[in-house]
Amino acid sequence: MVSFLIAGRVCGRRRAAAAPSSRTFSGACLRFAVVVFPGSNCERETHYVLTDVFGQDAAIVSHEETDLAGYDCIVLPGGFAHGDHLRAGAIARFAPVIRAVEHFARTDRLVWGICNGFQVLTEAGLLPGAMLPNVGGSFVCDWVHCRVESARTPFTVGIEPDRVLRLPIAHGEGRFYAPPDEVARLERRGQIVLRYCNAYGEPTPEANPNGAVANVAGLCNEGGNVFALMPHPERASESELGSQDGRMFFEALLRSYAVA
Amino acid sequence: MSSGASGIATVASEERPSIHSPHPGLSDQEYAQIVDRLGREPNGVELGMLAAMWSEHCGYKNSRALLRRLPTTGPRVVQGPGENAGAVDIGDGLLVVLKMESHNHPSAVEPFEGAATGVGGIVRDIFTMGARPIALLDSLRFGPLDQGRNRYLFDGVVAGIAHYGNCIGVPTVGGELYFDSSYSENPLVNAMCVGIVARERLTRAGAGATGDVFLVVGAATGRDGIHGATFASAELDDTREERRPAVQVGNPFLEKLLLEACLELLEADAVRAMQDLGAAGLTSSSAEVAARGDRGITIDVGRVSRREPGLTPYEVMLSESQERMLLVVAPDRVADVRRHFERWGLHSDVVGEITDDRLIRVCDGQELAASLPVPLLTDEVPMYVREGRPRPTPPPPPLPPEPTDPGRALLRVLSAPNVCSRATVFQTYDHTVQANTVVEPGFGAAVVRVRGTRKALAMTTDCNARYCAADPRRGAQIAVAEAARNLACRGAEPGCRDRLLELRQPRAAGGLLAA
Repeated sequence: MVSFLIAGRVCGRRRAAAAPSSRTFSGACLRFAVVVFPGSNCERETHYVLTDVFGQDAAIVSHEETDLAGYDCIVLPGGFAHGDHLRAGAIARFAPVIRAVEHFARTDRLVWGICNGFQVLTEAGLLPGAMLPNVGGSFVCDWVHCRVESARTPFTVGIEPDRVLRLPIAHGEGRFYAPPDEVARLERRGQIVLRYCNAYGEPTPEANPNGAVANVAGLCNEGGNVFALMPHPERASESELGSQDGRMFFEALLRSYAVA
Repeated sequence: MSSGASGIATVASEERPSIHSPHPGLSDQEYAQIVDRLGREPNGVELGMLAAMWSEHCGYKNSRALLRRLPTTGPRVVQGPGENAGAVDIGDGLLVVLKMESHNHPSAVEPFEGAATGVGGIVRDIFTMGARPIALLDSLRFGPLDQGRNRYLFDGVVAGIAHYGNCIGVPTVGGELYFDSSYSENPLVNAMCVGIVARERLTRAGAGATGDVFLVVGAATGRDGIHGATFASAELDDTREERRPAVQVGNPFLEKLLLEACLELLEADAVRAMQDLGAAGLTSSSAEVAARGDRGITIDVGRVSRREPGLTPYEVMLSESQERMLLVVAPDRVADVRRHFERWGLHSDVVGEITDDRLIRVCDGQELAASLPVPLLTDEVPMYVREGRPRPTPPPPPLPPEPTDPGRALLRVLSAPNVCSRATVFQTYDHTVQANTVVEPGFGAAVVRVRGTRKALAMTTDCNARYCAADPRRGAQIAVAEAARNLACRGAEPGCRDRLLELRQPRAAGGLLAA
């Protein structure tokens, strides 16, 4: 069951503990940790969007960090952690920070994977399923449409149902796979948060850039506090970059704190 | 025959050193010149070093006289030719650092690794200057894809560029791709990289003070790429398959670590000079660092980390193993620097020191393996003016017959390989990483914003090879003008130009950049 009350609980505790930052957005100021593995390559822009675009507190944290207690949300950014050797995320999951992220997630706090971060989270078992090489075999960098399937996570709260977002993707191993019974379970529990679709919101095979099962582009865990997506919202959060639809995830996150 | 920087000789185009001669890569005359200067025969290690440094690829002996005629100064130019890359002032205390380089021969033999290491090499040239790479462009030419070998080369090159560029997290924002039968089995693969650096962080590659320590950092040294420089300067012939060992093998993950480690180290002001190991590996990088600082250098090849046992001094000095850097560090900072690279999981070997005698000395432990005057490897590389032989202008191609069905004719034009969309290629390159790409590939000049300023950079590579084949002079003019027009269409003011001449091949490419 997805329960976004989690966010409120976390938020209440954090707000009592943390001094409000001078730069605030929607009344909320969260403290983010952007984890950098050797080979991560999106940590700088992710950090920039969090701090400069949304005025949040964010720190870049090493993969060797074992204490994440001071943060509200852990972001695993895009890139090629450990060169994607063996499989994307296959080596990163053994990093010391992953133990801390597991603990963080177990205590119902927020974990957000973007692209390579999604791959790391599935490898670490914090999200179900696995990532396979794209159908077609090559890396794909393009703009896609995604339909928001669930507004019940802290990352999508307040986004109108079936809203179609235009977002950039850039990955070679983004084909989400889970066995059919697992997919049915994910559907039933509302864990499929984002699906590739065409401009009209239809999740057609043509609109699926990598062959992901059930057009899955974004997924959350059972608790709703661990969320990951293959598209890059941090590359679509300012007007000059062609789309601002990526802002919605950041705004939802801040909103979920503000209302709590 | 005179030697030295001013010794320009005019030679007939036929006189080319062969890779099969008793002193590979050098002509008989050049060999005699070396013996004369040294007063003795060079030994095997020395001969290998000289052949590499006197190759066209490292020494530009056939093109330097021509390149000197190009304009290299301007109000914005902070660094012209002579360093690892050029640098141009864009205001706000920032410099743009840029360079374009070919990797044709390796790509003709082993397209994937050839193209991948082309990207790796150009990216190292940019961060060697202290700049963070912000964009890549690729200018590519292939023979028609209906021939199997051309298809193999094309697929390999595109996959190699994607593999390396995507992994290191630098967006590939532009370039060009054309097909012509003159490139059959002999592709042109050019990579351009653009970086940004704060003015005071610009790093140059001249040796520091006598007694400074010099380190090789990054990857361990292996047997790959030996003879890469001489190979890249020779004619491609039927032995190309045998040349595979001359092609380097890239590891973009290591490069990414090296990039971050080096930029972080420069922030800490721990480095006197930095130089990447590219063509001719340790030989060229150490000779160039020594030459720029007007110093000498002593190298103990026994202290270089190796991938396999049994490498000879010759192999260590000429290996073109990728993802390696040479650092010159003051003795009291060596421990800090080594700790820093250890933290990044990279090798850092103290392999020598800067001396004041303008000699490059290569030792293997106690044994002296080579001793050459630094100028003989750098300034004294002979310079030739190749005799020009004007070719008759080819007749204009016949006009196609009036189409009977204009609709079908239009579709044929639009689907022609030189006209159709390049999306299937550039979509395999990450062009949005770093979240600064304002205008993406496929729309003329690309535009990348400079975060923290209100500025953006427009960049393009352009050339019409057919014009250059018909009239090289005007073809090159048109290439420059075309690039400037593409930039003007973005509202940009042309700022600088990196030129790349590919002799013997009907083409000149101009990379242009504007702020």
